[in-house]
Amino acid sequence: MKIVNYLIYILLVLPGSLLARDDAAGAESGWFNPDTWPTLIISVISILVVAYTIIAARRGKAVKLRAIPGLKAVEEAVGRATEMGAPILYTPGYGGDIQRPTTIASMNILSSVAEKVAEYDCRLIYPTHDPVIMAVAQEVVREGYTRIGYPDRFRPDDIFYISSSQFGYAAAVDGIISRDRPASIFLLGTFEAESLILAETGNSIGAIQIAGTDSTIQLAFFIVACDYTLVGEELFAASGYLSQNPSILSSVKAQDILKLIIALFVIVAVIWATVDPLSSWWRY
Amino acid sequence: MATRLPLAICFIFGLVMFLQYFSGHPLARAAYNHILDWWQIIFAFTLLVGVAAFIKSSLRKTQVKKDAPYALIALAGLILMPLLAVIDGTDIDSPFLWAFENMLAPLQATVFSLLAFFVASASFRGFRARSVPAAILLGTALVVLVGRVPLAESISELFPKVTFWIQNYPSMAARRAILIGIGLGSMTTALRVILGIERTYLSGE
Repeated sequence: MKIVNYLIYILLVLPGSLLARDDAAGAESGWFNPDTWPTLIISVISILVVAYTIIAARRGKAVKLRAIPGLKAVEEAVGRATEMGAPILYTPGYGGDIQRPTTIASMNILSSVAEKVAEYDCRLIYPTHDPVIMAVAQEVVREGYTRIGYPDRFRPDDIFYISSSQFGYAAAVDGIISRDRPASIFLLGTFEAESLILAETGNSIGAIQIAGTDSTIQLAFFIVACDYTLVGEELFAASGYLSQNPSILSSVKAQDILKLIIALFVIVAVIWATVDPLSSWWRY
Repeated sequence: MATRLPLAICFIFGLVMFLQYFSGHPLARAAYNHILDWWQIIFAFTLLVGVAAFIKSSLRKTQVKKDAPYALIALAGLILMPLLAVIDGTDIDSPFLWAFENMLAPLQATVFSLLAFFVASASFRGFRARSVPAAILLGTALVVLVGRVPLAESISELFPKVTFWIQNYPSMAARRAILIGIGLGSMTTALRVILGIERTYLSGE
């Protein structure tokens, strides 16, 4: 114990050490921040529910997902591009980086799309605004091609970085859509103001469009301009839906259980607030 | 080993970032800041890879007739802007700032302005009253549109009130339902990645 105390002391006094650069606000706080109690409780409940569903799935309890039209259409989109001899365009939007769960969810779908593209020997174009996303996407697509047995069909030059400027990115993707006229367009990730610019350009060339985002404002645009839109958690369920991996499917079931818990909490809180308007425990 | 090591790194960093959120201790805050610094360093290196990929892709496009002019302009911009900044700096009267304000900014504004036309064309398609739900959507949209302009109040005081109610109750309820789904989806995706169940980012499996 003494050694640990000395180590912490050394860290404290060393100039330029971890602690030397910390802000003054946190310096007075202890190891646990009491303000985070509600988040900690919710997190623990969520982890327990996810763990329970995963264990149940591993014990053989089957999980069935309802049909998601946007994901069922992936095969159709790739098939259409193959028949037309046109490429497929897949872009994750301007709003996200690789740390965002939406981008990870998009990568999961990209993996399945890459497998189908490799199988049908179609061209996949993946422009992005983020070089880290580009690097990960190249790896994901390469692996998809390898998994299906056609590593030689992979074209790394088709997965490229465009610009970190929002409208530079939008203009470039618009240009690619207009010139290369992809038969199918996947707009899956975090989108901002460029969403409708891309979706309407895709619509104008008659491409089949599958979209999904975590931005509720942009969802409305996608619903109007695209053929299929993954709404809310559908984007995150895609990985389980497409891979049929029982562990991933079970975590999707966990989402539904947690949603039920939240709904019950909301009902209890509404009744409580109606009976006792001065109460505030439910406000966290 | 090639898969286990990245999975272990992902688990450890995921756990550290999760736990630091609940701590107000200076060490936790400092660790968080340092990890973010590392992220910036990783980003800087991948930016070099990204620019190299962009140059390679643009050079390839110069061989294709329909893409060649655009690829050449993109390459010229990529070389010219840093060159101007290095030669004459980025001060108020510098050629770099002139190019930024008189070329890049108007081009970006032009692309952004396209949104107005796209909103109009998308609305035209979206608001066709072909079914009962579509007719309700059209009616609601009209009420909200009219209610948001100052003229609405002079027509009837009811317009702004109805608009406020639509936006803050039925619309907000639907938005929050979607947001809860997105939040739960994000959380379970993050958990799957931390626990190593989701491995697509590591070349699948």
